[in-house]
Amino acid sequence: MQKRSAKKPRRRVRPAAGATTRGAGGAPTSAGRFTIRPARPGDIPAVTALDAGITSLAKGPHWQDLLERSRARQTGHFFLVATSSANPDALLGFIVGEIRAWEFGSAPCGWVYALGVASGARGIGVGEALLDAIAREFRRLGMTKMRTMVAKLNALPMMFFRAEGMMAGPYIQLEKNLE
Amino acid sequence: MKLQVSSQLAVLAMVELVANADRQLTVAEIGAKYGASSHHLAKVMHVLGDAGLVRAIRGAGGGYQFSGNARRTTLLDVIELFERLGPSGQDVGAAGEGTSEGLALHAVLREIDDTVRATLGSITLATFCGLMKRRQNEPSAPRSRPSSVLTANR
Repeated sequence: MQKRSAKKPRRRVRPAAGATTRGAGGAPTSAGRFTIRPARPGDIPAVTALDAGITSLAKGPHWQDLLERSRARQTGHFFLVATSSANPDALLGFIVGEIRAWEFGSAPCGWVYALGVASGARGIGVGEALLDAIAREFRRLGMTKMRTMVAKLNALPMMFFRAEGMMAGPYIQLEKNLE
Repeated sequence: MKLQVSSQLAVLAMVELVANADRQLTVAEIGAKYGASSHHLAKVMHVLGDAGLVRAIRGAGGGYQFSGNARRTTLLDVIELFERLGPSGQDVGAAGEGTSEGLALHAVLREIDDTVRATLGSITLATFCGLMKRRQNEPSAPRSRPSSVLTANR
């Protein structure tokens, strides 16, 4: 696992306005407009519905599998949700990521591989708060890089991650048709 | 990847106006900062005005002001007012047109074009200003620009 240099200035990531968060294993607080906490089994139907509303694909078993992995392997796997402070049953967004080591020769880093925000909850900082929250978890475990992958033509997430300071990394994704 | 001078000037002028949203900037002020001629910059500002991205304020203390949405306007939006980036289909009359070699070359160039467009199309003026500020705050970042960043690329 990478260790952060003691001399390197640490960039402080602050929660977006309105958010209150706790670590992946901690209890949430509820002082802001929304709360970020680790996902629970009861969140999966809402996560599945939220994602299906974006991708038109219901992937319940996939999210269930990711949740089980995040709960079984506490270190380095994160599945966080944002819920309304006024109505804790209302899911506003979710983020899933993990620390991966030496994939394609890459030193350990945090990967975000799913982020979704309910259409009615956009523009209030939910996505930013979720990304900040998982970044804090990665940093807590010594990571100094966070990566994700976005479809080139999917403008909204591309613009979001760019606005959060993410830029093209040193890898290029390649693919081919298998016939 | 090299942009035409007009495109570079347009992006720089837009960023300057977004970063100074509380006041108007004259063509002379922007031109002096980037080493561009007022004549050339005035033409650029005219195109940006036609696109609704800036408005001219006349009279004493007048100048240009940003009038778009910095969180929605991308670098690609600005650049494509001045030049077309990448072919949307195979260029008619291109060398090797209709041959398998020409098609293969076209596929490679298309891949590059797609990446360029995706990059420029995902960076808004607000994001670009944020990037600029982060760079300025980095200890090793140069604190001052060369007096003529544009003329060197002409």
